Amino acid sequence: MPSLARATLASLWSPFNSFLEWFGELGIFAWQVMRAAVRRPFEGRELMRQLDEIGSKSLPLVALAGAAIGAVLSLQSRSSLVRFGAKSMLPAALVFSIIHETGPIVTGLVVSGRVGAGIGAELGSMKVTEQIDAIEASGVNPYKYLAFTRIVACILMLPLLTLGADLFGVLFGWLADTLVDPISFTKFIHRGFAGTTFSDFLAPTFRTAVFGLIIGMIGCFQGMRTQGGTAGVGLSAKSSVVMSSLFVILADVVLVKLILVFFP
Amino acid sequence: MMQPEQAVLVGPEESAASGALGSSGGEGAGPAVVLRGLHKSFGSQIVLDGIDLTVKSGETLAMLGRSGTGKSVLLKLIIGLQKPDSGSILVQGQEITSLDLQAMNEIRIKMGFLFQNAALYDSLSVEQNVAFPLKRHSKMTKSERGDRVKELLASVGMEGDLKKMPSDISGGMQKRVGLARALALKPGILLLDEPTAGLDPITSAEIDELILKLQEKNHMASVVVTHDLQSAKTIADRIALLHEGSVIIEGSYEALEKSENKFVSEFMKRDS
Repeated sequence: MPSLARATLASLWSPFNSFLEWFGELGIFAWQVMRAAVRRPFEGRELMRQLDEIGSKSLPLVALAGAAIGAVLSLQSRSSLVRFGAKSMLPAALVFSIIHETGPIVTGLVVSGRVGAGIGAELGSMKVTEQIDAIEASGVNPYKYLAFTRIVACILMLPLLTLGADLFGVLFGWLADTLVDPISFTKFIHRGFAGTTFSDFLAPTFRTAVFGLIIGMIGCFQGMRTQGGTAGVGLSAKSSVVMSSLFVILADVVLVKLILVFFP
Repeated sequence: MMQPEQAVLVGPEESAASGALGSSGGEGAGPAVVLRGLHKSFGSQIVLDGIDLTVKSGETLAMLGRSGTGKSVLLKLIIGLQKPDSGSILVQGQEITSLDLQAMNEIRIKMGFLFQNAALYDSLSVEQNVAFPLKRHSKMTKSERGDRVKELLASVGMEGDLKKMPSDISGGMQKRVGLARALALKPGILLLDEPTAGLDPITSAEIDELILKLQEKNHMASVVVTHDLQSAKTIADRIALLHEGSVIIEGSYEALEKSENKFVSEFMKRDS
């Protein structure tokens, strides 16, 4: 019986221990990136390339997701609001919902899928083909050249992509609404933003910079610790998406609470 | 090429002594790389168990040994990609095992490294791959850099493939580009990890000739890790044979051939 208890305890401890190990290694990785970040050169050209890769090339997907969410929210909210005689509240409900929660979280999850997997697979592939060793051997710090540039690009582009998702969400929300019950775009926007203040918009949008930090950091970390050939690359891509999505959702819960405290 | 010399069978004591004195003399030229009592393990597996070696300036040393004996690890220790468990590594007279990253990078730009599979950056063209170290460590203008890249690619016979991507060229061509990239900063030390692995005999011979030609032109110290005895015979001044974590013999190819050590003669028989 004691041996059974020991075995059970060990089976519970093992994944917990692995997670703590993973978290510790992530902390060391983050420290190395921060140390590399304050030293010259600042890899401006590579940063520009990553801004394009992570930002511009993610925009179509993010815009499409935002548009779909806007249209669906509009169609589903309409029937509920009509039932309670609050049809005129639809634009405000839609705008509030999109800029407060739906736009940021959808952008975070879409980017963690596209960019998290991309970074994990690209750096993983570079790791197993010794390209990261080659960068290091040529006297260039890979933590700065590869990781820092990608992380900063994610941090800078996530709020901008969120704006894109918000814009397309509101636009397609109006389109879905006006197809059922025609309303001019100006009137829709006027009603939608009537009770909205700048702080309603600012804090939720900029919290996605934290999502960017999570996606970039986890993608780079998982990619640069890849082991074991092509199977390892696949595993890195998958774990980048899973872990970054998980932490984006967890961070969202914490940040929403913080925003409610600081911007009541 | 140096004249053949008597092979020295190296036991633990002899090995330490040979390291302390500079294993192959080195009169008239300071050593480029000196390894003393180098140990490296991965978990419980001991890979290097007290390596003592000296590579003189302008000399080409070939490292031979069975697969998994730590030859590539040795190169990665010399360029600081891995840290030894204990022992000393002097590169052009400077101890590198205790250097911080910044200082290590200063040393790394004095060395060129050709990886086993060339390790070209697959998001960059052939031209950009060769320009990569120049962009970061030289003060050349764009046109000077362009000229240097063309010169380097011409020296490896790849001047017509500037715009191609690494995925569009063969393994042999990738090795040539990797060699051009390794030579970009005119290094004093060249480290070559299996330069002919996976290539057909004709391409292998071409790569050997190229290494010899570049060696004569640039007068670098080179450490070549290889399984290819013919290649070692062609390009190396001296050969060191690794077995069970130690250098068991070093000397010229001819001297190794004459060795009566059972492992050495079995290893060399593969070529005859």
